[in-house]
Amino acid sequence: MNTLEPLLAKHPFFQGLESEYLKLITGCASNIRMNAGEFLFREGEDADRFFVIREGSVKLELFSGGRGPVTIQTIPEGEIVGYSWLFPPYRWVFSGRAVTPVRLFVFDGLCLRGKCDDDPKLGYELMKRFSHVMMGRLQASRVQLLDLYQVR
Amino acid sequence: MTAVMQARLPAPARLRDPMLPSLYRLERLQWDTRDTFSMDLLPQNGADMPAFKPGQFNMVYVYGVGEIPISISGDPGRRDVLIHTTRAVGTVTRAMSEMKVGDTLGIRGPFGTAWPVDAVRKHDVVIIAGGIGLAPLRPAMYRILATREHFGRVVLLYGARTPGDVLYRRELKQWRSEFDLDVFVTVDRATGSWRGSVGLVTQLIGRAPFDPLNTVAMVCGPEVMMRFTTLELEKRGIDRNNIYISFERNMKCGVGLCGHCQFGSVFVCKEGPVLRYSQMQHLLSKWEI
Amino acid sequence: MRAKNGKVSTRAVIDRQDFQQLFDHLSAQGYQLVGPRLRDNAIVYDELSAVTDLPIGYVDEQEKGSYRLTKTAQPTLFGYGLGPQSWKKYLFPPVVRLWQAQRHNGGFDVIPEDHEPRLLALIGVRPCELKAIAIQDRVFMGGAYADPIYQAQREQLFIVAVNCGKAGATCFCTSMDAGPRAASGYDLALTEILEANRHIFLVDAGSEKGEAVLRTIPQRPATDLDIAAGERIIAQTAEQMGRVLDTNRIKEMLYANYEHARWDQVAARCLMCGNCTQVCPTCFCTTVEDVTDLSAATAERRRVWDTCFSLDFSYIVGGSVRASPKARYRQWMMHKLATWIDQFGSSGCVGCGRCITWCPVGIDITEEARAIRSDSEDKRFTPATGGRKHEHA
Repeated sequence: MNTLEPLLAKHPFFQGLESEYLKLITGCASNIRMNAGEFLFREGEDADRFFVIREGSVKLELFSGGRGPVTIQTIPEGEIVGYSWLFPPYRWVFSGRAVTPVRLFVFDGLCLRGKCDDDPKLGYELMKRFSHVMMGRLQASRVQLLDLYQVR
Repeated sequence: MTAVMQARLPAPARLRDPMLPSLYRLERLQWDTRDTFSMDLLPQNGADMPAFKPGQFNMVYVYGVGEIPISISGDPGRRDVLIHTTRAVGTVTRAMSEMKVGDTLGIRGPFGTAWPVDAVRKHDVVIIAGGIGLAPLRPAMYRILATREHFGRVVLLYGARTPGDVLYRRELKQWRSEFDLDVFVTVDRATGSWRGSVGLVTQLIGRAPFDPLNTVAMVCGPEVMMRFTTLELEKRGIDRNNIYISFERNMKCGVGLCGHCQFGSVFVCKEGPVLRYSQMQHLLSKWEI
Repeated sequence: MRAKNGKVSTRAVIDRQDFQQLFDHLSAQGYQLVGPRLRDNAIVYDELSAVTDLPIGYVDEQEKGSYRLTKTAQPTLFGYGLGPQSWKKYLFPPVVRLWQAQRHNGGFDVIPEDHEPRLLALIGVRPCELKAIAIQDRVFMGGAYADPIYQAQREQLFIVAVNCGKAGATCFCTSMDAGPRAASGYDLALTEILEANRHIFLVDAGSEKGEAVLRTIPQRPATDLDIAAGERIIAQTAEQMGRVLDTNRIKEMLYANYEHARWDQVAARCLMCGNCTQVCPTCFCTTVEDVTDLSAATAERRRVWDTCFSLDFSYIVGGSVRASPKARYRQWMMHKLATWIDQFGSSGCVGCGRCITWCPVGIDITEEARAIRSDSEDKRFTPATGGRKHEHA
């Protein structure tokens, strides 16, 4: 487990996080690889994890009858995937699938939630990071709603 | 009547009338996407073609229909063809799209300011385009690639509506494979077999490989896209003075006389279309300026 | 007083009964005289052949959205103020053909238009109008591209200015440093003096051309009394000024108020008719019209006065940039009083008051500017108490 800590520290999502916290959350993380096309998680399943992309990219998909899987967004290296582990009912609302071979850190959601509950300062620190990502994706989605490149 | 003749003041040297078009022949018309086409044009009767700088535009006239500003999308290093890329969305562009090889068009120009390509050597360059906004940036790409060794890292970030709306696909692929260049393309909506990125072009900025402290950004796309793009670039730490944006405004004359293109105190046709973000930032987020 | 060429200007007096000779001389020199005439109960600018063509004895009353002419028994030649038209119609015609095109198999040829300028003598150019011409000079000839039509005509003018002997209720040239005395830009400047026993014109020559003309017509040197009489008239006119516009940091004041509630209020009254832009002596926006004959064998392009109040004015693919009436009124006033300063180094307003008189709903630019300033979002621009003493009642 100790070997993960320096790797985590280098990831943009955890940049600047106090080492004491880094140590704490390392306990909830593991390192995995997946092949292109493999599912990180599927819509409707229990969301008990989140992913930090070290290499490769992941897409979020939604299945729509007749259209098949529709890609909502692709998430590149250096970003994170999954917020459903944070909120009840802890269920994935999209599917996550590797676009390329990927290397990821996986965090155990239950473990991390427990640590955040125990130490609200850590909780706040992580929530800031998550909400920053969420805000960026929300803003982008809103701009996409305008369908800017379409001719009216 | 001699008195009449004497009184007439010496006539000024006849000025080249900036409203008078030169005639060009349509050599080729090619559809880039379902609604966007490129025209190859040559001056009629072997006349000289004026040099242009990347980012400049021409006023293009269709006989009896009208005239509109269109940015030049070809290679500034090539003097053997003038290329315009536009979308068939209005009366003039639709008429243009129905023209046959050999037909005549009127051209006035080139007008306006240019991307500061030659001034930013030794810098990293990030070029960010949205939709048809890639067309006025393509001459800058050509110019950079022609002297690639003078620049640091070069990144092209391009957002289109769908994979089918991606402009200059073959060239993008070629640039990616033949040059030391990072090309990222993203679409708002993916259909079918698209294996590329899905999402807003602004989302590519955060992780794009350039050194913010030594980077010049050139941005063209719909104004909303440029607003969000410039915000992201600032977040990455690029100085506002090093961000250039190209604007679109209604234009009737192209030479600062008709008043239509005003954006605050700026005449987009003569002080633009390429302007520094730092100069326009205060107006960019205001409504209906 | 010095003329712009640095020489002491000639000050002379012409008697009313000799005034026709100025017309005759200019005509003999080949100039077509144009100046104020009475038409449809308004003063317009048109061709003149004799002094008697002028609206002799007429005086006007102007207010917001109102213009009335009255004939008096006074024999004044220039007793009225400005009509709806300005001189820009001669330098910058409302409609002009730019070129024609002729179709032939597959292609077409462009036939340039021969815009032969006319030798024009403008008679009765008011000081604010002189300033307006100077402002349009910068617009049309000050940049990298000049308007060849304007430039060619500009070089063929003889300008006879008339200092104002009366200010209208919509006038505010003193605020804009544009009158009531002609400062520069004229060949001759007149002050009409009508007293119990005499009717004379005090004349300043502002150019060598003007001096040459002056020498050829009957005149005598002006006495101190003549000059004093002229000064009194101009001072009195300045006193009468109907309106005031506070120009102190007006650019910064307006820039700080893009979102002022007043824009919505004025837009609710504004009809978007564009009258103000048509009567404004500095408004310069144009559009082009491309037309063909029925067989499409010939086409032509016309340049036509446009107005920033139209929706089409700012149209780009996807819609108009300034879709709301608020944005369009704001664009006009912001341009006239603020962005113009950045663009051309001076205000775009000369205080002629035409936009006030000819607005069908009586919108008053001085009132709008005052309302914004008095309730500025940025308190640095709020006028000091007592600063409103000039306010028009």
